[in-house]
Amino acid sequence: MYSVNYHRASSVADAAKLLKNGDAKLLSGGMTLIPAMKTRLASPSDLVDVSRLRDLQGVKVSGKTVTIGSATTHYDVSTDEKLKKACPALAHMASLIGDPAVRYKGTIGGSIANNDPAADYPAALLALGATIITNKREIAADKFFKGLFETALKDGEIVTAVSFTAPAKAAYQKFRNPASRYAIVGVFVTKGKDGVRVAVTGAGEDGVFRAKEIETALAKNFDAAALAGLKVSAKGLMSDIHASADYRANLIAVMAKRAVAAANA
Amino acid sequence: MGIEGVGARVARKEDKRFITGGGRYVDDMVVPGMKHAVFVRSPHAHAQIKKIDVKKAQAMPGVVGVLTGKELKADGIGNLICGWMIHSKDGTPMKMGAWSPLAVDKVRYVGDAVVIVVADTKGQARDAAEAVEITYKELNAVVDATKAIQSGAPQIHAEAENNLIFDWELGDGKATDAAIKSAAHVTRMKIVNNRLVPNAMEPRAALGHYDKAEDHYTCWTTSQNPHLARLVMSAFYNVAPENKLRVIAPDVGGGFGSKIYIYPEEIVCLWASKKTGVPVKWVADRTESFLSDAHGRDHVSTVEMAFDKDNRITALKVDTIANLGAYMSLFSSCVPTYLYATLLSGQYNIPAIHANVRTVYTNTAPVDAYRGAGRPEATYVLERMMETAARELGVSPAELRRRNFITSFPHQTPVIMAYDAGDYNASLDAAMKAADYAGFTKRRADAAKQGKLRGIGMSCYIEACGLAPSSAVGSLGAGVGLWESAEVRVNAAGTIEVLTGSHSHGQGHETTFAQLVTQRFGVPIDSVSIVHGDTDKVQMGMGTYGSRSGAVGMSAVVKALDKVEAKAKKIAAHLLEADEGDIVIENGEVKVAGTDKSLPWFQVALASYTAHNLPAGMEPGLKETAFYDPSNFTFPAGCYICEVEIDPETGLTEIIQFVAADDFGNIINPMIVEGQVHGGIAQGVGQALLEGAHYDASGQLLTASYMDYTMPRAADLPSFKVSTSNTPCPGNPLGVKGCGEAGAIGSPPAVINAITDALGVVDIAMPASPATVWSAIHAKKH
Amino acid sequence: MSDVSLTVNGRRVSGSAEDRTLLVHFLREHLGLTGTHVGCDTSQCGACVVHVDGRAVKSCTMLAAQASGSTIVTIEGLSDGAELHPVQAAFKEHHGLQCGFCTPGMIMMATDMIARYPEGLDEATVRAELDGNICRCTGYHNIVKAILAASETMAKGAKGKAKQAA
Repeated sequence: MYSVNYHRASSVADAAKLLKNGDAKLLSGGMTLIPAMKTRLASPSDLVDVSRLRDLQGVKVSGKTVTIGSATTHYDVSTDEKLKKACPALAHMASLIGDPAVRYKGTIGGSIANNDPAADYPAALLALGATIITNKREIAADKFFKGLFETALKDGEIVTAVSFTAPAKAAYQKFRNPASRYAIVGVFVTKGKDGVRVAVTGAGEDGVFRAKEIETALAKNFDAAALAGLKVSAKGLMSDIHASADYRANLIAVMAKRAVAAANA
Repeated sequence: MGIEGVGARVARKEDKRFITGGGRYVDDMVVPGMKHAVFVRSPHAHAQIKKIDVKKAQAMPGVVGVLTGKELKADGIGNLICGWMIHSKDGTPMKMGAWSPLAVDKVRYVGDAVVIVVADTKGQARDAAEAVEITYKELNAVVDATKAIQSGAPQIHAEAENNLIFDWELGDGKATDAAIKSAAHVTRMKIVNNRLVPNAMEPRAALGHYDKAEDHYTCWTTSQNPHLARLVMSAFYNVAPENKLRVIAPDVGGGFGSKIYIYPEEIVCLWASKKTGVPVKWVADRTESFLSDAHGRDHVSTVEMAFDKDNRITALKVDTIANLGAYMSLFSSCVPTYLYATLLSGQYNIPAIHANVRTVYTNTAPVDAYRGAGRPEATYVLERMMETAARELGVSPAELRRRNFITSFPHQTPVIMAYDAGDYNASLDAAMKAADYAGFTKRRADAAKQGKLRGIGMSCYIEACGLAPSSAVGSLGAGVGLWESAEVRVNAAGTIEVLTGSHSHGQGHETTFAQLVTQRFGVPIDSVSIVHGDTDKVQMGMGTYGSRSGAVGMSAVVKALDKVEAKAKKIAAHLLEADEGDIVIENGEVKVAGTDKSLPWFQVALASYTAHNLPAGMEPGLKETAFYDPSNFTFPAGCYICEVEIDPETGLTEIIQFVAADDFGNIINPMIVEGQVHGGIAQGVGQALLEGAHYDASGQLLTASYMDYTMPRAADLPSFKVSTSNTPCPGNPLGVKGCGEAGAIGSPPAVINAITDALGVVDIAMPASPATVWSAIHAKKH
Repeated sequence: MSDVSLTVNGRRVSGSAEDRTLLVHFLREHLGLTGTHVGCDTSQCGACVVHVDGRAVKSCTMLAAQASGSTIVTIEGLSDGAELHPVQAAFKEHHGLQCGFCTPGMIMMATDMIARYPEGLDEATVRAELDGNICRCTGYHNIVKAILAASETMAKGAKGKAKQAA
């Protein structure tokens, strides 16, 4: 790791101020950033630690509205009793991230701000039609995820929470990369008042995306049977040593079917 | 056997320190004034070094020294060697290219060490390492051994034309060809054994300390054989004479072969310590381990197996290309030859065998022994062939094997080995019973109803362990003898220390070796200590690899115990005024048989040291040394059965059950033996399903961390059903055969046989990852 | 440089370290607690697992400065006095370790796991929960066995204590 200056923010405003230092980066759970710094692939001059800010922690459920603080850990999301009732699919998704020690530290805000093309949360938030709340504005998930490791966040902007309306039905199915345990393909499906949304992570060359043809098929009939015979195109999908684009295309169809079945179960 | 003696499930003595954080590994060692080293490694697979500029690096904060290969050579440090001479079939010696501990004019693989940087902290050393400026001229690289021997391929070492190190053969080519020609059936396959990275959980590390006042070096290193390290560093690398070099291998976090070899880093740390005047510690990162640890396997073989009309094997012909990487590692030459081709008879009566092996340089990490070393490759060839042949011949895999089993012993194979004992039907029966083989058809049908593909596969392996009779290996080209030593020291108050040249890095020697002493004298196991891993404490020894610690290391202990017992009996007979032949030692007492006359064990020990009243002419003391040189290899064997279930939609393979029925000869501690089998199976299943080192065409290692190299995790494996049915080994005093490698040797073909059975395909590449399995299903559909 | 104050294994400790110092290195090099190991660079092997404020985390993926103010338990502090913690005892009894390098992390993860499943564990759960801990020696067979046994022992112990209290 290169030399770095560590700061512990006392508030979101303080964090915003500290972020003006050199090439500063926010540090939340650190589960992606610190390994990247260890291998010298990331070299921020300063780290602004927001992980201990109480304002950014916790899950709130009010009626159908779910709000999750950006520094809420995957573990806390996966075990939150209110969330398990309101949107069990998201709690389940959080329980599939990394491993138990990673889930204790990693946070929803860190995950979406990093927008790893194989991370789980981007698919969930996109499929849930969530709103990403920052210290400056609110951004719809559809506008937030911009490609590989790219988001709509501007310099100095801090994610403080995400919010969404719990859908009537939802489920996440993940096929893990056997080595990294990230998603080779993860599919999050929801059926809410605005219809069916299906988001795919792990597969797209430009990161998380909505699978429109699957959405169309499911809009007519929200049942795995509606996807029988579905052929997902391999165009625009990643190929690497773990999975070809064709294989990923197949997995999108399979995981989508299974997710729908799970959502209906 | 007693609760702590031979055959008992004694909980390990060494565990206390490991479970409380008290283990002491190389990285835990601190020497006053110690600094930290980082190696600058080649980012290129093949390049000329045009210029190395260390000025900027030297000026960085905390830097103590930045040293290059030129300086190393100027100080007379030698090149690394391969210690086993193999001659090609035309009689020419193997073509060994120079391997400088720090590259001087050329780099040959990504990770080749070029410069060492020493600084106050590891962070500073890394900062400075980035400031070292090396100008390279890139050359074309080749990573695939079958391509490297084609004309026009990049030439890696001037010494080895077309990158061919040797072209070696074993067996009777003419008889084999004739048998194939006249066969009723011939099965033919191309068989690929994938490249693996050993991945002991403790990364390699070295701490070199030069004491100027004493002109003496100490090296703490992650070694399976510290004495061999000292010998090689003294005799070949000119680091220091043996009496000026102490090598300590403290607690070592797994080896699996990868810590046998003497690598550049420990040599360079010792030299750099003298050069900089400070103790120098280096600890590998995981990625550094991936790049620079010796890899394993990487064979491509073309195989023909001939049968007569009664399905008896008449001949086996194997043509293998083995990738040895960019340099010849210490034992790299013997792995694809004498540890491989000599096992090609397997458990079968095969009248004619011919093996041809070409070893090849490529721009990849050096390849050497990894758990099993040659024997997994031989077993994979044979057991994949047997499976395919059974399907082609329309007989059951078990029946074809039974038909061809060797059933009388001793048995001389056509490829050197003389098997001493075994009962292959017993292992096969035990495995089939444990696996409920008969019930498989129903299980397959039930799975099919759920849309899943079930398959079952078996593998009957044999290995040669207890490495090895020194004269035999000497005649085959080994540069060292493969005996073992032991010293049994009875202290004056009766406690006992056993000093052994074997080295435990997980095998539990501190317990099993102590069980031998407890068994012999009936003293409590806590009064016995095992000392190993330090050349200043222990007499010359050969270390631990090739499942040799039981058959060879323990046999040396037995020999030393014999001598101690004999002397103790003489002393006791003298003190008790009895006949030496009437003395028995049991339960910590030395007794005159059939009388009530006895002495506590400690009194005999004390008497030997007070020396007030010893038999006339007897030297004081109770301490004996023995060297044991085995008369033959040992031949553990067994049968493994794997049942898989495949999800055809995703290609994901689940191991439903894994059964191991082994014959290890007599067993000292069944709990530890089972643990060895479990671990070996996990590595074998890992090879078959998960693991594979993957270089791209330019020589970059794409699987250089756990993000891309799939290590077996708990959820990838089931609990294993293991059992043993043992035929004692007639070749050593304990009747033991060795158990450390069996799991890794026997399991890969069982898994692949099961998967190909489930899919109805002839072959599938290892690792049979979900993507690979899905592609096979997909290809079959279309 | 950061001032780092921690409570480690019940003792208050403080020191000064470069901001880039990882918690694992602070424990090992500043405090001499070398039972916590480093086995990879990618936060996957789990040899470095310690408890920070009661949760099992990877000390190789946390700065010492980040942990400042926290309460930490390492393998050295897991048991009270000379007695082994039930998980340590089970690892020994069931031969859940060989080379010992991954063992401290395994044990720290196992104690956390058992605490999270007071209703008890089954084999599949234990295997899934070990996703972040890699062992190269044991094939996990005996690690799983040890954790299941420890879980039972601890559940009995807890019941016993509850009875005594009642």
